[in-house]
Amino acid sequence: MKKLLLASAAVLASTAAYADGHSPIKLGVILGFTGPLESLAPQMAAGAEMAMAEVSASGLLLDGLTVEPVRGDSTCIDAAAATSAAERLITGDGVSGIVGADCSGVTGAILQNVAVPNGTVIISPSATSPGLSTAEDNGLFFRTAPSDARQGVIMTEILMEQGIESVAVTYTNNDYGKGLADSFQAAYEAAGGEVTISAAHEDGKADYSAEVGALSAAGGDRLVVAGYVDQGGSGIVRAALDSGAFDTFHFPDGMISQALVDNFGDEIDGSTGQNPGTDSPGAMLYQEMATAADYDGTSPFSAEAYDAAALIMLAMQAAGSTDPAAYKDAVMDVANAPGEPILPGELGKALQILLDGGDIDYVGASAVELIGPGESAGNYREVTFDGGELQVVGFR
Amino acid sequence: MIDLLNALVVLGNFVIVPAVSYGAQLALGALGVTLIYGILRFSNFAHGDTMAFGTMAVILTTWGLQSIGIGFGPLPTALLALPVGIAVTAALMLGTDRLVYRFYRRAKAVPVTFVIASLGVMFVMNGLVRFIIGPDDQRFADGERFLISARDFRTLTGLDEGLAIRTTQVITVVVAVIVVAALFWFLNKTRTGKSMRAFSDNEDLALLSGINPERVVVITWLIVAALATIAGTLYGLDKSFKPFTYFQLLLPIFAAAIVGGLGSPLGAIAGGFVIAFAEVTITYPLKKVLGYLLPEAWEPASLVQLLSTDYKFAVSFVILLIVLLFRPTGLFAGKSV
Repeated sequence: MKKLLLASAAVLASTAAYADGHSPIKLGVILGFTGPLESLAPQMAAGAEMAMAEVSASGLLLDGLTVEPVRGDSTCIDAAAATSAAERLITGDGVSGIVGADCSGVTGAILQNVAVPNGTVIISPSATSPGLSTAEDNGLFFRTAPSDARQGVIMTEILMEQGIESVAVTYTNNDYGKGLADSFQAAYEAAGGEVTISAAHEDGKADYSAEVGALSAAGGDRLVVAGYVDQGGSGIVRAALDSGAFDTFHFPDGMISQALVDNFGDEIDGSTGQNPGTDSPGAMLYQEMATAADYDGTSPFSAEAYDAAALIMLAMQAAGSTDPAAYKDAVMDVANAPGEPILPGELGKALQILLDGGDIDYVGASAVELIGPGESAGNYREVTFDGGELQVVGFR
Repeated sequence: MIDLLNALVVLGNFVIVPAVSYGAQLALGALGVTLIYGILRFSNFAHGDTMAFGTMAVILTTWGLQSIGIGFGPLPTALLALPVGIAVTAALMLGTDRLVYRFYRRAKAVPVTFVIASLGVMFVMNGLVRFIIGPDDQRFADGERFLISARDFRTLTGLDEGLAIRTTQVITVVVAVIVVAALFWFLNKTRTGKSMRAFSDNEDLALLSGINPERVVVITWLIVAALATIAGTLYGLDKSFKPFTYFQLLLPIFAAAIVGGLGSPLGAIAGGFVIAFAEVTITYPLKKVLGYLLPEAWEPASLVQLLSTDYKFAVSFVILLIVLLFRPTGLFAGKSV
């Protein structure tokens, strides 16, 4: 019993609330180091940890505190494992904020089971499910990734500007495909468009002629393929081209890749699409910094992870406290205008401005602009296919 | 009149052409299953993976031929590679028979033992194919893609609707007809074929009349290897090759064989087409066809689709159940299961 008391006291003493001016701040990094996203997690963690190292080196955060990352494994799919990892980080390591998690399902689980009861701020770099926008979060949850609801709106804008007012939709039969198809349908119909059919397709089949037959019978000026390029999405496009059902397509992010051009060449000329991307100077700057630190900064959601970590630390500086209850309200302020725009690598400068009582507008590596309940407005790259080449038309 | 033509073309493009070629592929697969059932007296669950193995052998040979610059003009090179694929598959079949099935045959094992043994063979072949060529999609069709494309058909006829006929679909049907004709000639006219049928009808009587059972078994495996390789290659040419989809083909193939009547070659062919047409027509929305046929006022607003395409695979299950309930011997009175 005595031992337990001592241990509890030790844990309490090490939490941020009891930290004195010299012990470092701990920030959690909960990502899927094992599981379906294990190839992306290392670059994301490297991004978050680079931001922490940058702030520590500047010596300007709350009278010279340093920041120390603590990693946890979200597994991407196992909500119980992710929850216990977050539990350990908060109660055991005493982190003052968490960068993560990566996948939408485990992020929601951590938010409900750990973050809200413990009052910890979490900022996800990559959870895109529209469902998280309306989750009960007590103002503790933010994300530097856009909701797929946003992509639905962007798709609607692109199609409407081209005068396409009737489309057929097919989606891969999982949370991503269904969520995207639903959010697109809602946005498109609100804008006056008509979705003739919204049909699921299973990945990994050899033959999609029945699916394409149904899509073709429903009709539409263009076929929206919310699938994966290495999976059923390409099969659908192949069958649609072969049977002459559709000549042009619209491709969301899961389909945009070099493989699409390699598969179909000029057969898909006149098709359109979009995927997350920005041409902001911050993105270029971040990639150079990542290359110097010897990891790939172009890897998906790596820039968003850097921004997530940066936002937590800047909000702490703005609020003058590492207590999540105090700094959670400052996150939106540092992320958005007005104020001095801050690019990656300028975190020291930002901390100084905040110290002097000034205002900053954190732009960061992914051109962060937090909207609604604290999620990235999202920047998308609009592309077309012409002469067998993928061409970038612009950014939205 | 034009509306009627348009309706027919739509139906042809999305129902008849795909169903005929799919039916031919299923029929060839079901013939293999039905022959084994008729002569060796067990349901061979390894048939789907035998098809995958044969196709893999053909693909590897095709790549070899392509790399030394041999092609087949407008036809797919894979047709040239077929004999090699059949030979390799036949060797594998005979090897499996020596290693596995002969043991149970000598032990006079009950059919269910054979079925479970074939399940084991299935898993081994499954692994073998993935080990050699990998679990991914492989496309190996070359040559001319279309006999007529939808766009050409439209400009040629001036109709609103297009009819696309792929070269592989025509090849599928032509090859299937040739193979079936050859098989029936062999079974009905040659001495070996007659002895096989005799063995199938009554094993003891056949043995008494001096038929060598091992020879019948060997020839059956050779024919099955050829049928499986051809069926698999045609399916792969028309669609694409992926080991897992071949494994999944087992269900419609067995459904076809059982619907037609296990053990009856004619039934296997009929069953193949019944299953294929059922799968395609039941999930096809008739909106467009009816739109052409009916007067404007009656034009349907909904899709007029009996079943969403998600349930495609359920169709063969349902047909299988209905047939087993009401006519256990199948359409062509094969052996009861």
